[in-house]
Amino acid sequence: MDKELYQMTIHELYRLLRDKKVSSQEILHSVFSRIDAVEEKTHAYIALTRDVARQQARDADEKLSKNEGGYLTGIPLGIKDILCTTGIATTCGSKILENFIPPYDATVIQKLKSQTAVFTGKTNMDEFAMGSSNENSFFGPTHNPWDPDRVPGGSSGGSAVAVAADECIAALGTDTGGSIRQPASYCGVVGLKPTYGRVSRFGLIAYASSLDQVGPVTKDVEDAAILLNAVSGYDTNDSTSINRKVPDFTKALGRDLQDLTIGIPKQYFIEGLDPAVEQAVWNAIREIEKQGAVLKDVNLPHTECAVPVYYLIATAEASSNLARYDGVKYGYRSSNETSLLKMYEQTRSEGFGPEVKRRIMLGTYALSAGYYDAYYKKASQVRTLIQQDFVDAYTRCDLIITPTAPTPAFKIGEKANDPLNMYLGDIFTVPANLAGLPAISVPCGFTDAGLPIGLQIIGNLFEEEKMLQCAYCHEQHTQWHLQKPSLV
Amino acid sequence: MKISKKDVEHVASLARLQFSEEETALFTHQLNSILEYFEKLQNVDTTDVAPSFHAVDVRNAFRDDIPGDSLPVQESLKNAPEPVQSFFKVPKIIEV
Repeated sequence: MDKELYQMTIHELYRLLRDKKVSSQEILHSVFSRIDAVEEKTHAYIALTRDVARQQARDADEKLSKNEGGYLTGIPLGIKDILCTTGIATTCGSKILENFIPPYDATVIQKLKSQTAVFTGKTNMDEFAMGSSNENSFFGPTHNPWDPDRVPGGSSGGSAVAVAADECIAALGTDTGGSIRQPASYCGVVGLKPTYGRVSRFGLIAYASSLDQVGPVTKDVEDAAILLNAVSGYDTNDSTSINRKVPDFTKALGRDLQDLTIGIPKQYFIEGLDPAVEQAVWNAIREIEKQGAVLKDVNLPHTECAVPVYYLIATAEASSNLARYDGVKYGYRSSNETSLLKMYEQTRSEGFGPEVKRRIMLGTYALSAGYYDAYYKKASQVRTLIQQDFVDAYTRCDLIITPTAPTPAFKIGEKANDPLNMYLGDIFTVPANLAGLPAISVPCGFTDAGLPIGLQIIGNLFEEEKMLQCAYCHEQHTQWHLQKPSLV
Repeated sequence: MKISKKDVEHVASLARLQFSEEETALFTHQLNSILEYFEKLQNVDTTDVAPSFHAVDVRNAFRDDIPGDSLPVQESLKNAPEPVQSFFKVPKIIEV
């Protein structure tokens, strides 16, 4: 094979490892040599975990020599720095957690460890997952490998870039309002947000608890199914995880689309949608129709309310979740203290960045006396209407297809001083979080300037299989996912 | 104006944040433009619509009250900014 090991997918490497044609340590060496060559240009990682990774690769090789292990044994994975890892700093992209070393693993990390996966490092992100560009990282922005002057998207921008630039084989991200799908779209990789409750949130540092989900960022759809298999499942440590049998998601791949009806919502093809994005998405829809799926118009009338609803609910939950950072039990404490109250205020004011403060302010305001009904309660009522739109739509179709984002990746700094403009770019991704639905972004083309475009497929609750079936079929007939940024 | 400079100062104190004059002015401006856009929600008829606080139908998850392992005290103190013996030290809060 003429491919380097670092360029391969999980399923390709799994076969090579199983047939003993390559060792996990060789794969890791290849991935780290790639990181050494390109990381300076991308800044995909906050920290590399070379020593941990080497030990994990040795353990994996031992397991494999005894013909033990699973799909992820010995596979180098990037981990978003919002997921707690025992003994490895977990910063959440924030100064306030710069030196935080968790004493426990997130459930998804335990699951990957049980397969003896290999962790290359902790990937860069917007502080506390608040952002759509990775510009809000305390550790500096991540650069899009297709154009280093552009953002990679966010908040899982580091995970998307690490996968796109071959600095890991696959990665975990988290998605509260599009934080897996939008960077996947901007970077030309696959990103999947599972149904809310499918994957445990235990050990995922909370941003907005009713919306947060962990999910895979991968080079192709098959890898997304493999990684989703590994992290899914009920967890008694997460009271919102759902006790429901997890299917083998890889079984959904390869089925034809004859039995699927695809809903196309007109509210997602609106003014402001980049013409190149619209063109690429329609080409993909036509291809999916050619493969046997039936298209149908569906109506999601409350779509234009999704951004305000999301930014009121998410910030309200965030203002409560982030109250714990007070400089007492863990994290940064201001040395400028005079009284307890001053210590709290100074710790938080010095420890949080501007976007986190903005969202805490917005959320605190939306929950405060006199404004609760007009903002938080109103948003929660409109959330019901948004959910009802989807319930109605799914009586008429199996899947809904839309663009992942209205535009390709924008320039670093372009929206930095205009938070509302930045928020409006999340219009197509936030509805799935508000309704708890699974959704995937897959590559579906490029702009004339060579920037990737993403197609979003939204499934009904717990119907990840249909979503993967459709995404896989599209991938098999298009091959956009095989294009790589030049970088060097 | 949806929100005044004074409102911003009040909300900041609720959120245990403190801002410079400049930051307060910037947040006042930004929060106003955000809240103005969010006004569009007021046009949606939500009479008799129940609010949703979850994405899927979840109920309180009970479990049996069985003691399990917990983190040892020294382990729990490892990330503390100022641990003292088995305590988290904070600035003095009671005047004697």
